[in-house]
Formats: sequence, C-alpha cells, structure tokens
Amino acid sequence: MNPAIKINGIHKSFGNLHALKGIDLTIEQGEFFALLGPNGAGKSTLISILAGLIKPTAGDISVMGFDVVNQYQQARQLLGVVPQELVFDPFFNVREMLRFQAGYFGRGKENDAWVDEILEGLGLADKAHTNMRKLSGGMKRRALIAQALAHKPPVIVLDEPTAGVDVELRQMLWEFIKKLNREGHTIILTTHYLEEAEALCSRVGMMKQGEIVALDSTANLLNKFAGKKLRLTLGDVSLPNNIQSLLRHQEKGIFTFALTDMAQIEFVLSALKAADIRVLDMHLSEADLEDVFLSLVGKAS
Amino acid sequence: MNNAKLTNISGMSNSFRGPWTLLKKELLRFWRVAFQTVAAPVITALLYLLIFAHVLAGHVQVYNGVPYTEFLVPGLIMMSVLQNAFANSSSSLIQSKVMGNLVFVLLTPLTHFQFFAAFLCAAIIRGLVVGLCIYLVAFCFVDIHIANPLLVVAFAFLGSALLGTFGIIAGIWADRFDQMAAFQNFIIMPLSFLSGVFYSIHSLPPFWQKMSHFNPFFYMIDGFRYGFFGKGDISPLISLSVVGGAFLVLALITLKMLKSGYKLRA
Repeated sequence: MNPAIKINGIHKSFGNLHALKGIDLTIEQGEFFALLGPNGAGKSTLISILAGLIKPTAGDISVMGFDVVNQYQQARQLLGVVPQELVFDPFFNVREMLRFQAGYFGRGKENDAWVDEILEGLGLADKAHTNMRKLSGGMKRRALIAQALAHKPPVIVLDEPTAGVDVELRQMLWEFIKKLNREGHTIILTTHYLEEAEALCSRVGMMKQGEIVALDSTANLLNKFAGKKLRLTLGDVSLPNNIQSLLRHQEKGIFTFALTDMAQIEFVLSALKAADIRVLDMHLSEADLEDVFLSLVGKAS
Repeated sequence: MNNAKLTNISGMSNSFRGPWTLLKKELLRFWRVAFQTVAAPVITALLYLLIFAHVLAGHVQVYNGVPYTEFLVPGLIMMSVLQNAFANSSSSLIQSKVMGNLVFVLLTPLTHFQFFAAFLCAAIIRGLVVGLCIYLVAFCFVDIHIANPLLVVAFAFLGSALLGTFGIIAGIWADRFDQMAAFQNFIIMPLSFLSGVFYSIHSLPPFWQKMSHFNPFFYMIDGFRYGFFGKGDISPLISLSVVGGAFLVLALITLKMLKSGYKLRA
C-alpha cells in the first residue's frame, strides 16, 4: 500500500530565503497527523507544494504514489486541501459552490448525497441556499472546509482550520473529521492549538525554520521530552543554581519545572529547603505537547 | 478501513465534466449580474447609436450608398462584442485573484488547456450574447441587412476569442484592479475607438490610414462590417487571416503562461 503522502528531500527558496531545508516525511494511509510549528516555520509552504500551488526548488512529493508535479491530475484527485485564508466566491450559494467544486473533479449528481452528508456534518444544512457573502465568519470557515471535502478525497489536509473559530464549531468540526478518519480518510492537520493535536493526532511532526525537528507518536514525544510538570509558588526568591536547568517558566513568583522522572521532585524540594526557600503552593501535572513544543521550538518563536 | 473504496471512487470518472463545470460557473457568474454585464453594454451601444447617428448622419461620408446610421450599427455591435469578451475573462480572473478564491480552481486536476478553454468559451459566449442583444434592439430602429452571415459569425466568434484570450492574459498578469483598469483605459478603449467604428478609414489622412493597419481592432471591425454590407476598407480574407493569426499567437502565449504557472503558482 502506497503511503498517503511521501515527502522526499523538499527544498524551497524564495530568493535568499531558504524556507524549506530538505524535508523528509512519510504519512501512512489512515493516519491522523499533526504538523506543528511557529509562524514562519514552513508548514504552509510545505502544504502549498503538496497542493501544487507552489513549485519545490528540489525534491518531490507524492500522494498515494502519484507525484504532485508530474502526475498532478491523479495526485489532486486524491487530495482535499482546506486553505488557511478565509476565501469565498461571492457569486454563489453554499450548495452551488460545493457542486462546482465536486464538478471540477469530474463528479456530478451522483455526488449530491455526499454533499448533503458534508453539509449535515459541518452544520451547514440550513445555510445550503445562503449566498457565501452573507455567511458569518464561522460559517464561511465551515463552507471552506466543506469545499475541500466536496470530491470526497481520501487524503485531507487542514491548514489551521480552527483559527478564530468558536468552541462549538471546533467540537463539531473535530467530530466530523474524526468520523472521516475512522472511515479511512488520512488527515493532516496544522494547528496552533496544541491541545487539539494532542487530543486528536496519533503522530506529530514539529517544524522549526524550515526543518522537521521532531517526528514521533504523540505519546512518545510526550514521554521523551517532559514526563511531568511541577509548578511551585515560591514568591519573590532567587533559585539555587543546581535546579536552574530544570526551570521552564517563571512568572509572578510561580516557577514551573519540567521533570523527566519522579526522583527529580525530591531533588528540587531538597534544593529549595537547603536554600531556605519556603514552598507556598505545589501542583504536579502531566506534560502536554505545549511543553514539548516549547522545549523544541519555543526559544526560536 | 475502506481505503481501496475511497481511492476507487476518487478515480478519473469524467474528464469532460471538470472543464464543463468551470465554464458553467463562469457563465453563471456573468448571468447572475446580467443587468451589469449584458443590459448595460446594450444601453451604452444604443446611446452611441442614437447620438452619433443623429449628430453625424449626413455629415460623414462612408461607403457609397450606405447611410451612416446603417454603417454605424455593425461597428458598435463588434466593439461591444470585443469589449465584453475582454471584460468577462479579465474581470473574473482579477476578482478571483484579489478575493483569493482562484485557489479553488488551482487545487483541482483541471489542466492548463481545460482552464484556458473554459475561460475562453465563457468570454466568447458573453461577447456573442451582448452582440446579439444589440443587434436585436438596433433592428427596431435601423433597417439592417446582412450580406454574408457566415463572415459576420466568423468575425464575431474569432474577435471575441481574441479579446477573451487577451483578457485571460491581462487577468493573469494584473495583481490589482488599477492595473486592470490601465489595460481597459490605455489599450482596449483607444484601440477600439481608433478602429473605424465611427468612420471609414478612407476618410482619414494617408498617415492615419496607414497607422490604422497596425490596429488589430480595425481588422475585426472592418471584417465584421464586410459581412453586413459586402464591402469594406480591405479584403475580408486579409482581416480573417490577421485576426485568426493574432488569436493563435495570443492563445499560445496564454497556454504557455498557464502551463508555467506564471503569477498563479509560485
């Protein structure tokens, strides 16, 4: 079985800017994959190359075995991309747009049942005959996602689909996308909301300045980079030198430490006691992707 | 897991339906605002006809035996056909680019040729619809006979194809509405007004007669008019060759631009 997406040594330069520096990445069919990274890391450039909107300087990408440049017709048939920008065609209503979008991919009336399913799944059913211009921002976002799904692509790429979207839509969107994933669609997601990636995705790739700096299952990444988070309220004090390296964050007398094993709790507490610093409050929690993300790319962003 | 099924459904089912859908969308786009895209140019052409015919009839000498008002009608029809064919493809492209919704078409498997064909056909149809409407309305005021319908159709078709193609080039090239307006105001308008819509170039001084031969619009207007009266300033075969040749050249340039992704795919 061909991988859903295979990226081989992709480079992209815009003049002097080396936006992508040799990306290699394979995403298997049926995966729910998250691509994370700060603004300017190159996520959207990579997706644009995948979608054929930008040409790579070097390297190649294939979608289910079809090269996105030389076999673009087959590759694009298999791919549905939700653009990041909130764009729409003001001349048509939602259903017309979806029919057109499916039509570009060679799909006709037989596709109407699927269009109904998308409209239902994204909560757009009662807006089917509303002109795109008259939709609210959230509704436009749903229509944008619906358009990418109109030809029922097996590989779906969502570029920041929940940027500026309310909680209700996010819930609804993820329920629908999870259902598609269960039915066999491969999902690739870029997002700023790390908790979304953590809750949804089985595997995560993190990008920084045009390179992939981490690529692993969500669980492994969480284990590897930071097992626990220890938050101590200490007040206005200066930490002893021997525990400075564990400190991740400090704000208003609250110090957050990233710990890889439980023995370090004792180490931190004894160091504080030796320095005669009193612990006013203590909170221990599991590390989340945000901690991993910050430890990998945080300083750059 | 039913990936096999998904792949199968998404296979090439109908390669003709893609470009046909794009054409249909482009047609609906102008038809939805027909008041602006069809009715307005018809009114404009009629105003030209009424005012110029009233002011100039009897003052301007055109072909022997052809009254000025009758002479004016084919020129006005053709000018509107050309301007509207250009407006259709150029405005659709620049709007989609500025709004950002061209991405929906760029993400599809449509080939550069299919893209070109759909925009071209929509421009031709818009040009012909506007031309036909002006003809039908003018028919109520002026007694018009068509000597050679085949020539009339050939020039209307080729002329709108040429300007539709030029519109695609302008739409791809322009990034902003003011750049597009420059195309309209500094190329399309002067060339159409200096093409002999309102006069026969034989009434011009020799230098300007010569200059007119460098204006492609002159050949389209003159050839189209030849179809109505069976006479014109030059042979319709020359006009047909110039217009057909110009269309082929522009079409090849456009296809090359689309294939390379010029300004559309970075």
